[in-house]
This record gives sequence, C-alpha cells and structure tokens, in this order.
Amino acid sequence: MKKNVFRLLLTGALATILFVACNSEGTKEGEQTTTTEQTAAPVVAGQSGVVDDQSQKNVVGIAVGSPDHTTLVTAVKAAELVDALSNAGPFTVFAPTNAAFAKLPAGTVEGLLKPEKKDALQEILQYHVSVGVYKLENLKDGQQIDEVFGGKVTIGVKDGKYTVNGANILATVPASNGVVYVIDQVIFAPAKK
Amino acid sequence: MKNYINYVAATLAIATLTQCKPKSASQVVTGDAASKVYVAPGKYDEVYNFVSGGFSGQLAVYGLPSARLLRVIPVFSQNPENGWGYSEETKPMLNTSHGFIPWDDLHHVALSQTNGLDDGRWVFVNGNNTPRVARIDLKTFRTAEIIELPNSSGNHSSPFLTENSEYVIAGTRFSTPLDGNNDVAISSYKENFKGTISFIKVDPTSGNMSVPFQVVMPPFNFDLSRAGKGPSHDWFFFSCYNTEQANTLLEVNASQRDKDFVVAINWKKIEEYAKANKGRVTTSKYAHNIYDDKTHTATSTISEGIVQFDAAELKGMIYLIPCPKSPHGCDTDPTGEYIVAGGKLAATIPVFSFSKIIKAIEGKQFDAEFAGLPVIKYEAALYGEVPKPGLGPLHTEFDDKGNAYTSMFVSSEVVKWNIKDLKVIDRKPTFYSLGHLMVVGGGTAHPYGKYLVAYNKITKDRYLPTGPELSQSAQLFDISGEKMEMLSDFPTIGEPHYAQAIEASKIKDGQVRFFKIEDNKHPFAAKGEKESKVVRTGNRIDVYATCIRSHFSPDNIEGIQLGDEVYFHVTNLEQDWDVPHGFAIKGAATAELLVMPGETCTLKWTPDRIGVIPFYCTDFCSALHQEMQGYMRVSPKGSTVKLKWSLGDFSSDAPVAAATK
Repeated sequence: MKKNVFRLLLTGALATILFVACNSEGTKEGEQTTTTEQTAAPVVAGQSGVVDDQSQKNVVGIAVGSPDHTTLVTAVKAAELVDALSNAGPFTVFAPTNAAFAKLPAGTVEGLLKPEKKDALQEILQYHVSVGVYKLENLKDGQQIDEVFGGKVTIGVKDGKYTVNGANILATVPASNGVVYVIDQVIFAPAKK
Repeated sequence: MKNYINYVAATLAIATLTQCKPKSASQVVTGDAASKVYVAPGKYDEVYNFVSGGFSGQLAVYGLPSARLLRVIPVFSQNPENGWGYSEETKPMLNTSHGFIPWDDLHHVALSQTNGLDDGRWVFVNGNNTPRVARIDLKTFRTAEIIELPNSSGNHSSPFLTENSEYVIAGTRFSTPLDGNNDVAISSYKENFKGTISFIKVDPTSGNMSVPFQVVMPPFNFDLSRAGKGPSHDWFFFSCYNTEQANTLLEVNASQRDKDFVVAINWKKIEEYAKANKGRVTTSKYAHNIYDDKTHTATSTISEGIVQFDAAELKGMIYLIPCPKSPHGCDTDPTGEYIVAGGKLAATIPVFSFSKIIKAIEGKQFDAEFAGLPVIKYEAALYGEVPKPGLGPLHTEFDDKGNAYTSMFVSSEVVKWNIKDLKVIDRKPTFYSLGHLMVVGGGTAHPYGKYLVAYNKITKDRYLPTGPELSQSAQLFDISGEKMEMLSDFPTIGEPHYAQAIEASKIKDGQVRFFKIEDNKHPFAAKGEKESKVVRTGNRIDVYATCIRSHFSPDNIEGIQLGDEVYFHVTNLEQDWDVPHGFAIKGAATAELLVMPGETCTLKWTPDRIGVIPFYCTDFCSALHQEMQGYMRVSPKGSTVKLKWSLGDFSSDAPVAAATK
C-alpha cells in the first residue's frame, strides 16, 4: 500500500515535470504565432481549478468552507497539496482545527509555512491523510490506518468517543472524494528509529 | 524508476521525431494551418460538430477546429461499453414493430431550430434501415426518444426540420406496397407501390415526437429535403429520383429520364388540411420509445393506426419541378429564396427561385401532369444554372457572405460559387470522393460560416494503413477568405455521412453534470448503502446495489442458485462531476454497465455454472479502483445455502418475498 502511494506520488511528480516542460514549450509557440487567440500559457492549475458549484464538495472544499480550518487551508496551500486532495482520492482526512494548531509551541506554524520548510510541512500534513475511505461506523478501537506519509495512526473507540493518536474526533463530514474527521490536535508521526 | 526514465526518453524521442518530419508530407496544407486548428490544452473548441456514424448507427461529437473526438453517443446500435441497449432500462429504446433491433444506419443530422437558427436543444437523427427518427437531448448528450415510421423503407430523406422545429419531415427512399395491400407482384410496381412522406410533430417544450399523418406519394425514391426559410417558411423541397418507377437494375433503369423532380410541398396547408379532414387510418404498427431522466428508464409503446392523405387529393399543396438527372441534395439558401439541387449525373447545378415558383403556380405555367401532380415548367421555376461546376454535384451548404459550397462526388472537390451571379469562385480537391459537406450553421437562416468540413467516402493512403478496413476521413477547411484553405484531415467513426455544427456557447453551459440522487425515481434505486439489499421472488433475485469510491454494497452475496435470474440494479451514489462507476460480472453474456453519478442501471445476469463469481468496477474511479470488487456464490438449484449479503462486517439474512403466483 505504502509503495503504491509512493508510486502514485512519484508518477504525479514526473507528470508535473513533463507538463511544466510542455507548457513552457507551449508558451514559446504562443509567442511565435500571432494569429492564435492564446497569447500566454495559462496558470497551471490541476483539478482544484475546475469551476464546479454543483457537485458535492471535496475534502479541500470542505476545509475551505470551514471557518475553523483557516490555518489548515493555509498550510495545505503552502504545501501545494490542494490539487492532490482535489483529485479522485478517495481520502480520509484528519483535519485539525485552528485551535489545534494554536496548541503547538509558538512560532511552529509560522516556521512551517516558510518556503524552505515545504518538505517538512508536506510530511506533517500527509500524516493526516490516508488513501481510502474509513467510515466512522467501521472504525474499531486499536485499529491502525496507514497514512500517505509517516506510517500508521491508531484509532481509539471508547464510550462512543473516537480518537486518532489521542486527538479527539470532533465531527465527521462526508466529502465527494472521501471523509473529513475534524480533530482537536495536530498529530505527529512517531520519530524515526 | 527505470520505466519512467525510459518513458521520458521515449517522449523526448517522439518530440524530436515530430520536429524532423518533413513539411512536404502535406502538400495541400500551407501557411499557418497548424495554428488555426491548435487548441491549447485546457482550452475549448469553438464549435460542436455532430457527425453521423453511418453504418455504426451512432452519433459522433467532435470539437472544431481541433477535430478532437469528444464523445460517441449511442443511438441505434447497442453499445456494450456502457450498456446502451443491453441494460434493462435502455433495451426498450431499440424496440420496433419488428421486435428488438440492435443496429441501424444513421445518415442525417438535424439540430433543432428556433426562428431559423440552431437553438442547441436537441439533435434529430435518422435510422435509415428500420425507419426511425431519434431525438438526442443536448443537456445530457443522450438519446431521449426514438420513433418508428410505418410505411417507410429506407428512411433516407430524413430528418429535416422546419424553422421552428414544428415538424420533422421524413421521406422514404424505397417505395413499397403499403400496409393493407402488401402481397403483390414486384412487377406491379407502378400500380401497387407508393412512397410516403411522414410528418413528425415536435412538442415545443418537451421535444416529444408524434406522427399525426403521412402523405402518400407516387412511387419515386425520395432522397433529401430542406425546409424553406423566411419567405418560403411554409414549404418543404424534396429531391427524388427513379421517376421512371423502375423496380430492377435501378443503376440503369432509374437514369433514363433527362429530368426527375424537385417536389415542393406546402406543409402549412397540408397541416391545415389534416386538421380539417379525417384521412384514411391504416393498420400500421410502429414503436415509440421514450427515455425518462428521472426514472433513468425507457418505455416502449407500440402504436397502431396512422392517418394518411393521398398526394392527389392535396390540391394546390404539392408541385413537381423538373430537375436534371437524379437530383440528390436539395438545399435552400439562408434567405429562403434559392433552392439548389445537386443533379448527381448532371452537368450543371440548377438553382430554383422561390418567388418564381410562386409566380409560376399563380400563372399556371405547367407542363402535363405527372402521376396526378402538377408539373411546373423548368424555366418558369429556374433562377439559373451554375455552368460546369464539376462532376457529380451532390450537396450544397452556405456561408454568411452569399456563397454556396457544393460537394462534387465524381470529381472529388468542393466548389465555392456565388449565389447571385452563379459564378464559380474557387475549387479545392478532397481526398477522396466526398459525399456531404457541412458549413457551421450552413443550413440555417444565418450561417456561422468560418469552417467547412468535407466528409469523404474513400480514405486509401491518407493515414497510416490499418489493413483492408480503413477509417473514413473528414477534411476541415477554413472558408473565411476568398479561397478555401484545407486545415486538417481526421479519421471518423463509421461512415461520416452528414454532420451539422453549432457554436459551443449555445450548448456548453446547459450541461447536466450528474443526476441528483434525490430526484432518482428508479423503482429499484438504493439511495444509500443502508438501502442496499437482495430480494428473492421465486427464481428472480433483485440486488439493490450501490457503488461509491471504492466499493459496492453489497459486495458478498450468497444463496444464488442455478436457474435464478439475477437483476443487478446498481445505483451510483456519487454526487460529483465525472465519477462514473462500471459494473462487470465474469461471464456476463451481454455487456457491462457504466453508471453515471446519481443514476441507477440494471444488468440482468443468468448464472450458467456453480461456483463463486467475481464482479468489479470497470471505470478507473479512484486510487482504490482495483479494490472495487465483490463475489457472488452460485449454488445448485434447491441448495440449502441461505440468501445473504454483506459489505465489510455488516450482514443480514435476506427476507424472502412471497413468490408471485
């Protein structure tokens, strides 16, 4: 499973490189021909750029629409994960609230948002995303779910309350491409051995 | 990783190769043709081009100017890739008075019009073989309705629309003995055979079709037709051949007379006559099939009885105009004043004048009657002839600047000429032997112009060879200048017999992206996984199944027995644009299903052996598409294995409905 995701990401990365390469070529062509209406290459946007106000919201759309998730949305944008999370998925996303991010030591979020920290930010966010739909009614105490990066999270179910790595699941929001669990803490992968 | 490197290398190699391709390979294309057909990734084409699939029975949709194939709409032929004509819901669409007919020969395309302009609501197409007219809804790009035409054989002169889509007209190619007098000697053709022209009324709101009446004509072969426009709004003009009324070796025997006819029909007067007169009701049977977007299901009704009027009784409503040598196309120009006939064996293109036709009728400038119908003197109706236009003129369409474009089959060229002075302006070869051509909006009162496409019959060396069977070809021309310029050349599905094109802006914003699950009125829909279930009624099993990224519910079913008939009603629970799910069963003798979001489709499956049979999703829906699968256990008849189903940990025993007696 992990391998598959890695392969997916790798394919995505290569595809992006190829696409960008082709696109810059397209720009040149566009500049050379004066008869075409296209003069400049469009901004490269993936599926997040699709104008669609009819479909059910995807996991990104749900986060964007939530006033409690502005920090998460900022982070997802800075980590350039908006397109990936707008794609077919399906995803299970653990979405820390603004308050959850605020619990981190002062300066942590600001530090992670710096361009040079993009890799670290991606790793943290990808520990909050699993490829697959894990419905609440199917979650079991002690169940482990493999995340896109960083290994497994552990689900807790006690007295009808659900947790992930100890963070409380506050709400469940179904999305077109998966499910979003609102959580009250940012979760971190165990340190590498 | 190595694979990716190889892939990148290959891509680069291709790019390099492309750049090195000698320009002389395309001799007729000059200048900046490439940039004129280039539509950048992510950009839309300027027009939708609806191209008939001929013997494929389907309708192709291309974008122009790129010539990218956008979609093939299944119409008259079964389509196993999405279950059209195989699913329980769509089987009724292919029902006819002959029973289920899973194919046809789709020739002509007519976009619906309002005030003489394409309105982008529907496109009508004909089934040539088992005479039918289909209406395709341009909100869903699906076949919404098919109506059969009784007493028609070879529905070639069809479908042609009036300026406000009041009527679709459909003329028969073959004249035959009519219902009630069928069993006659073929040699009694002149006495017993008749042609028919069917009037199909189109409901202005729903688009639903009905056949209020038919006109029984002399036994000619009706070929093509166009409605009038503006001043000639009330009229239709048909070409016909075989006025010799031959019933054998038509190749020779239908080419004897110097002139056949263009038939001018005042549909408005006939409509009034039909309202005031009862006509003769025949016993003809015909199917009328309608697809409902709410139940996602089609119904087929066999109607009996059709009203007929004899042409001879419609005094003052039908006139014959002599026209040289087996005319094929019969096209009215945007002003409605000029009617252009393409005499396929003629040396000229006759252009008739509507105002002269009316004057000739008023002044009774007639030759002797033919088959009981008045014949207008040729010169009295003629505006003029295009001299030496080329060989084998067939079809004419028009631009927005007063020019006409005629396809020349025999000499394989498009000829541009001016309607007013009838002088040839330009001619360009096509590769090879075009039949129809089309100009964007070229059949309307205000053509869009700009592009012309020639649809060719012979392909030979145009593309990389593919054995003896080759795709047919279409060639795109820029007609914005004085001279026509060929831009590109592309293969098509089936036979690209005729096509029409419409500005994309008239269609693209009204598209249905998915079906709302709350509007789903399918009787077997499961609108959530909790509603999924399996019900046995005698030897019939109904599976109320759902699908969503990335599983079916249920995905384990036991208790099916040999001898059962299993109906899988698969509801796609997605409410997201462009997330269909497929459904396929190992050994299914019919087809797979492709279920759109919010839709329910049913596959009937009859197990043929004992065992555990897998099923899975055929549409790559998500990262876990390959996990989207399930199993069914088939046990011997009378087995004690209980009917049960499950998804994940959830399971229950099935209630068994009382068997119907």
